[in-house]
Amino acid sequence: MFENLSYLVLQQYWWIIISLLAGLLVFLMFVQGGQTLIYTLGKTELQRKMIVNSLGRKWEFTFTTLVTFGGAFFASFPLFYSTSFGGAYWVWMAILFSFVIQAVAYEFRSKPNNFLGQKTYEIFLFLNGALGTILVGTAVATFFTGAEFKVDTMNLVDITSNKLPVISTWEGPANGLEAVLNFQNVALGLAVFFLARILGILYFMNNINEKEIFARSKKQLLINTIPFLVFFLFFVGRLLFIDGFAVNPETKEIFMESNKYLNNLLQMPIALILFLVGVVLVLFGILKSIVKDSSNGIWFAGLGTVITVFTLFIIAGFNNTAYYPSSADLQSSLTIENSSSSFYTLTAMSYVSLLVPFVIAYIFYAWKSINNKKIDTKEMEEEHHLY
Amino acid sequence: MLESLDLSTVDWSRGQFALTAIYHWIFVPLTLGLAFIIAIMETIYVKTGNPEWKKITKFWMTLFGINFAIGVATGIILEFEFGTNWSNYSWFVGDIFGAPLAIEGIMAFFMESTFIAVMFFGWNKVSKGFHLTSTWLVAIGSNLSALWILVANGWMQSPVGMRFNPDTARNEMVNFWDVLFSPVAVNKFLHTITSGYVLASLFVIGVSAWYLLKKRETVFAKKSMIIAATFGLLSALFVASTGDGSAYEVTQKQPMKLSAMEGLYEGKTAAGLVAFGVLTPGKTYDDGKDPFIFKIEIPKMLSMLGYRNAAAFVPGVNDLANGNPQYGLLSANEKIERGKIAINTLREYKEAKKTKDTIKARELALNFDENTVQGKAFLADYFKYFGYGYLNNPKDIIPNVPLTFYSFHIMVGLGFYFIIFFVLILFFVYKHDFENKKWLIWLSIITMPLAYIASEAGWIVAEMGRQPWVIQDLMPTVAAASQIDSSAVIITFILFAVIFTALLIAEIKIMTTQIKIGPKDGGTN
Ligand code: HDD
Ligand code: HEM
Ligand code: HEM
Repeated sequence: MFENLSYLVLQQYWWIIISLLAGLLVFLMFVQGGQTLIYTLGKTELQRKMIVNSLGRKWEFTFTTLVTFGGAFFASFPLFYSTSFGGAYWVWMAILFSFVIQAVAYEFRSKPNNFLGQKTYEIFLFLNGALGTILVGTAVATFFTGAEFKVDTMNLVDITSNKLPVISTWEGPANGLEAVLNFQNVALGLAVFFLARILGILYFMNNINEKEIFARSKKQLLINTIPFLVFFLFFVGRLLFIDGFAVNPETKEIFMESNKYLNNLLQMPIALILFLVGVVLVLFGILKSIVKDSSNGIWFAGLGTVITVFTLFIIAGFNNTAYYPSSADLQSSLTIENSSSSFYTLTAMSYVSLLVPFVIAYIFYAWKSINNKKIDTKEMEEEHHLY
Repeated sequence: MLESLDLSTVDWSRGQFALTAIYHWIFVPLTLGLAFIIAIMETIYVKTGNPEWKKITKFWMTLFGINFAIGVATGIILEFEFGTNWSNYSWFVGDIFGAPLAIEGIMAFFMESTFIAVMFFGWNKVSKGFHLTSTWLVAIGSNLSALWILVANGWMQSPVGMRFNPDTARNEMVNFWDVLFSPVAVNKFLHTITSGYVLASLFVIGVSAWYLLKKRETVFAKKSMIIAATFGLLSALFVASTGDGSAYEVTQKQPMKLSAMEGLYEGKTAAGLVAFGVLTPGKTYDDGKDPFIFKIEIPKMLSMLGYRNAAAFVPGVNDLANGNPQYGLLSANEKIERGKIAINTLREYKEAKKTKDTIKARELALNFDENTVQGKAFLADYFKYFGYGYLNNPKDIIPNVPLTFYSFHIMVGLGFYFIIFFVLILFFVYKHDFENKKWLIWLSIITMPLAYIASEAGWIVAEMGRQPWVIQDLMPTVAAASQIDSSAVIITFILFAVIFTALLIAEIKIMTTQIKIGPKDGGTN
């Protein structure tokens, strides 16, 4: 069935999948957000144990989603993979380091004779929570503000000069770190950071049955919502009015268009509606928890996060837009058409994507069967496998 | 090009990849094998209802969890390193190579991580049957993840199922099934996962022997040993036969690797297999010295194993470097020339496109179209050697012979030793005479690290033996790297070395502490 679609439709299908994975990833970063709050919300050893164990049963999903996101991006848009990862080396390496130390932290934290000490593993969790979210947000912001690379396939056939025959090259010396000099990038990074904390808090309110943690969570919710709104609105406000990277659909030439991203929202009304729905859902989830002491805010805010991030990716890539623009060489900018895999590979991968609903179904089923009640002090005493 | 180029970025990237891959591979084989051993133990528990088996299962599961966490930590780096350090590679073959990585995430990693949660947290929450199913799914999931990455690696050793697209300057997949079922990939998968089972069996036997030495938990230890030795013996036999299959594929697809594995410089008919040998130190391919100081050879065996024909000719390093017209082998220089022609043809084509010289572009494009006579000839005679165009010297195509030779012989030697070892264990366990055989207990403990050595040696054969290629004949390692400053890679190399070493120490300390605590009711936190 997929082989009957046009190449462009397949490319769009895969951009939608990437956008969806990105949305899910940011939602699942509630784990990272929660990791930065272990000491803020847990004042006793037992409380911290509950928090860590509550997160510890979910961290693998965030991690695996990140891995799958990377793999799916590689398979569907390999030119992005080779350009961004190889160029913005430092940003991606810093993100990866923060995930390496996370992966051992849960399992090793409370084991006897663990060499580095419980505190160190908790610092690992904090570093992952802070760096992971801020850097991912900053990196994604360059989808709108641009990055300093050049792509030239002629380099591959250059065997006389004294250079490695590399197709994608980075023009700046900072290898990606220059992204933090643009405040708009950092604003998105901080917005993601505070959003992750908000989601972490809402998750605890839903998953842990302990009065003090709940009360402190509620207080922290308000404290984190304010900076989130400030940074998020700053980012979105600027986004709507900056010049964007547009593609001429006939000549495939890239050019600057004023208010490009605002235009994208207006020209794709579905995106506009989704964006508004997403933001409202996030705010509703937060408000409901504050006002009504509700414990299911996470579902609203989580769904809202998925939708909002999804829409941001859609306006980065659809409607003749270059999703990974180059500020060093405009025509090198990546679009979903010039950076994708071949028709055959996208088709084959599309069949694989049919597995996804099945995967989601078994994840849901497995989790329901072991997680149908909140974590409480009693479970901490009885459970045999603890972090 | 090679000579005048600053290769430190490439060298450090290789070092970094090797470092991180070797660390990853310390943990992965144990995950692969222990998952099945646990599943077998739990099956016995469910079948017999004997709580002793539940205790055994839970104990090994605790060790599994510790090992798994660090396996995950080291794995994520490898995936992204293809982009960060081998970005040119990622473009040149991303169309084919990316797919297995993505499928691995969707199909295998989620399965592993979902059911691992049930396995650890579900004991009191789900039915016995569902729990057992989950344990089996963890084992299947981890082995599926091995499948996809090994298919990808197999494809690099023997690229199939693809076509070069001159417009995008990359290889594109045309047949997924050819990639998946390539004989190299199939052998590699079977050999690698079963070698993981062998390693895990030796691990279980080693730890159990330690309890016998300390005269603790003897019932537990012997029960564990029976399972591990039986599973290990079957796996070890399978390892030997798939290893033979791998060597056969190497002979066909990567003859230079084979001659390095055997230290064979001058090709021979009815060539013998070196069972044991000491190489002449400092030998270069063209100095005419005898490659061996000493060797024991099994006559005709190499021809037999490599070509399934005892009289067959096996080319040596020199035949491949200097050419051998009698057997139709081109010299390295000839291949380098042809490779340069292929690269230049591509360059002319791209220039014609750029200057919009459509007539010339159309003419040149025929070279890359396998449906034309011209294209067929060009692809077979020139494009086939595309990667050679980046090299300059016959010695560039020769891997490190001593490293490949010794790694190979250590692996194979240990492989046969493990078979005998498993038989011994089974024999004495069934004779109920194990505890009194101090030497056997010690042998069991000493054998445990040997499993790791054999396993890492295997990867050194596979990866170092194929140098200079990252994609056999199409892309040399030098052309695969990212354009970054070597200082950046040096810093990350050091960071990885420090972090991974610290985590390895932590893992070993935690693991040994858990072993000392023992299987009370399945280990504590
Ligand atoms: C034959 C098996 C095998 C081989 C050759 C490799 N791996 Fe691996 N990998 C596994 C078998 C495995 C595993 C057994 O499935 C692991 C080990 C522990 C674990 O959690 O899963 C794993 C974990 C693991 C993870 C973490 C997955 C998670 O989120 O759970 C990643 C991203 C990778 N690997 C990636 C790679 C890459 C890019 C490799 C090659 C360059 C590689 N692995 C070689
Ligand atoms: C997990 C086990 C593995 C180990 C221990 C291992 C080992 C190594 C070593 C030692 C090198 C360095 C070679 C050199 O410096 O010359 C290397 C390179 C490399 N390997 Fe592997 N490898 C493993 C798995 C894989 C797999 C599964 C793949 C592909 C999917 C792969 C792809 C590569 C690449 C791209 C390089 C860099 C280029 C090169 O130097 O050849 N490796 N590996
Ligand atoms: C019994 C005799 C054995 C033979 C004849 C054998 C043969 C081989 C050969 C020819 C290769 C290279 C394949 C390639 O370059 O593509 C290889 C690789 C490898 N071997 Fe073995 N092997 C044996 C035993 C073992 C044992 C005991 C272990 C570990 C416990 C092991 C682990 C590996 C691994 C991990 C690789 C790398 C993956 C691969 O390329 O398949 N092997 N083996």
